[in-house]
Amino acid sequence: MKRVLAALLVLTAAALGQGVLKVGVVVSATGPAASLGIPERNTLLILEELLNRTRGVAGRKVQFTILDDASDTTQAVRNTRRLVEEGVVAVIGTTTTPASLAMIDVVAEAKVPMISLAASKDIIHPVDAKRFWVFKTPQTEELMARAIVADMVARGVKEVAYIGFNDAYGEGWARFFEAEAKAKGLQVVQSERYNRTDTSVTGQILRILAKRPDAVLIGASGTPAVLPQRTLKERGYQGLIYQTHGVANPDFLRVGGRDVEGTFLPAGPILVAEQLPSTFPSKRVALDYIQRYEARYGIGSYSTFGAHAWDAWLILRPALERALKKADPEKDLAAFRSALRDEIEVTKGLVATHGVFSFSREDHLGLRFEDAAVMVQVVSGGWKLIRTFR
Amino acid sequence: MDATLLFFLLLDALQNGVVYGLLAMALVLVFAVTRVILVPIGELMMFAPLSYVWLLEGQLPGTLYLTLALLGVWAFLERRLPRLGVRILGLGVGLFLLSFLAKGFALLAYLASLALVLALGVSTYRLFFEPMREGTVLSYLIMAVGLHVAFQGLGLVFFGPEQYRPDPLLKGEVVVGLSRQALLVYGFALLVVVGLYSFFRTLYGKALLACAQNRVGARLLGIRPEEGGRVAVGLASGVAGVAGLLLAPLTNAAYFMGFMLGLKGFVAAILGGACQLPHGLLWSLLGLLV
Repeated sequence: MKRVLAALLVLTAAALGQGVLKVGVVVSATGPAASLGIPERNTLLILEELLNRTRGVAGRKVQFTILDDASDTTQAVRNTRRLVEEGVVAVIGTTTTPASLAMIDVVAEAKVPMISLAASKDIIHPVDAKRFWVFKTPQTEELMARAIVADMVARGVKEVAYIGFNDAYGEGWARFFEAEAKAKGLQVVQSERYNRTDTSVTGQILRILAKRPDAVLIGASGTPAVLPQRTLKERGYQGLIYQTHGVANPDFLRVGGRDVEGTFLPAGPILVAEQLPSTFPSKRVALDYIQRYEARYGIGSYSTFGAHAWDAWLILRPALERALKKADPEKDLAAFRSALRDEIEVTKGLVATHGVFSFSREDHLGLRFEDAAVMVQVVSGGWKLIRTFR
Repeated sequence: MDATLLFFLLLDALQNGVVYGLLAMALVLVFAVTRVILVPIGELMMFAPLSYVWLLEGQLPGTLYLTLALLGVWAFLERRLPRLGVRILGLGVGLFLLSFLAKGFALLAYLASLALVLALGVSTYRLFFEPMREGTVLSYLIMAVGLHVAFQGLGLVFFGPEQYRPDPLLKGEVVVGLSRQALLVYGFALLVVVGLYSFFRTLYGKALLACAQNRVGARLLGIRPEEGGRVAVGLASGVAGVAGLLLAPLTNAAYFMGFMLGLKGFVAAILGGACQLPHGLLWSLLGLLV
């Protein structure tokens, strides 16, 4: 049925004398990263509907081909190859860092621009011959670590301990946080790891407590981030507790309950969009996104992760319009893809939900720290903005 | 390492050890009577608290529909014994009603989720293990692993990837590091050991032991080994369900967490000799402390 509909769509568009712009999407709609991938997919579904109800991009219909990678690297690569062969003009995705890294080879070989929705800085840095084709929208750990350390310094923290996942997420945070902390004169007195599936972290927490740090950072995401924090509280820890932006979803608050009250975390500004000062650049765009998302999926259903996909489209759309003036995807797809990449790279001052994007030849993240990170505290079971860095 | 540190680590080990020990006893019980190594017991253990969270919020969990479907098939298989079939269907209806009423009532939700896991365990045994009556230990094991994979996948579909944490029955701590909820877990473990010990002194328990030792001999004396198997699996699912419900407030519950617990319980069961009940518990404690 879907295929028939898609075919009909193509036929009508062809009858109008204009081609369809095919955009490929890979997200993790199932598997461990599903809580991030599902809002991303939902966002793109809203977009597709919105675009085709209006006039599309420069009079052309836009068709998103959304494929699920099941949080699996091999599947993500296979999906990307399929999309490239189907003749998409660009690829958006995917949700997780390892899979995004693996997709770089495919898009670079086929010379297709890609906008990743995963966190790690390694996806876009350094911009070499392959990463030439790759951009991304979410904030890096490095950027968020800067926000945490700045907040710790402002609160007079001297000694700090770290406990994080025993995987790419936790290790990435350990690397960037410890480097940033040292640079700002903080002392990292203990660094511990645990598994996502652990049911007890008592040993690690006791070693941290023995060092009596002023603050503890937990480098974990989602509900498994609650366990170290609860253990800290149970053992009577009185210092400050920081989490990463990987916990910025309602499930964390639900499972954490009273134990996570008072936690500090860095987040994309959209998490607390209503509380932002009206001068904050991304406030209006963020509220617009939230309103559209909630209109379709219910009040309180939006998350910061879906907004990354929205941002990817906000970047892609003007670039598509400009590229359409330079090349025609019907006649020369390769030239169009290349023109599109060039146009993404010259994007300047584009206000999106998570900040302001200004790409350059060396910077394919394009976010400025001041616009893209805020500090948030968990107060009576909700998120409260405590400071911006502007 | 100072004394407080040692104390906390010992308490932590004790809590984990008791849970592994409970699972070990359940596994030994089932294995002794039926020769089935009940690998999916970890999933049953997680289904109990997850269903509880769902029921308390007034949502009907996927496990309920799964159980009702299995009970339905069971009733169909027993169509030559209409009385048993009707009883099974009655059980299904009762379970559904109980689940329906459980919204907001912690006690009802506890009972409903426990009954759900019990019915799920027994009907799984009836539908998947009883038809392979003369199977070898290996073929039973293959079936059990298959069921484990299926239940884990279904768990993800039913409850999503995130963890859940039901409220503890008893709040607060006795001393620092030892919560009242943990005391409940210990108390339950003790109860299970004593309960099983005295159960095997009764006629019914002895019939179960007879099935374990010699199925043909037991049958000659008028004991139905199938029924013995159902009782054993029922007891095991009950133990796992209660353990899961008591443990979840301490460690959270998620669909993927059952397997590790079940595996460690299995190790404890092997250490205990896979045949004698209290030994499984003792060995798991000893192993954890070492």
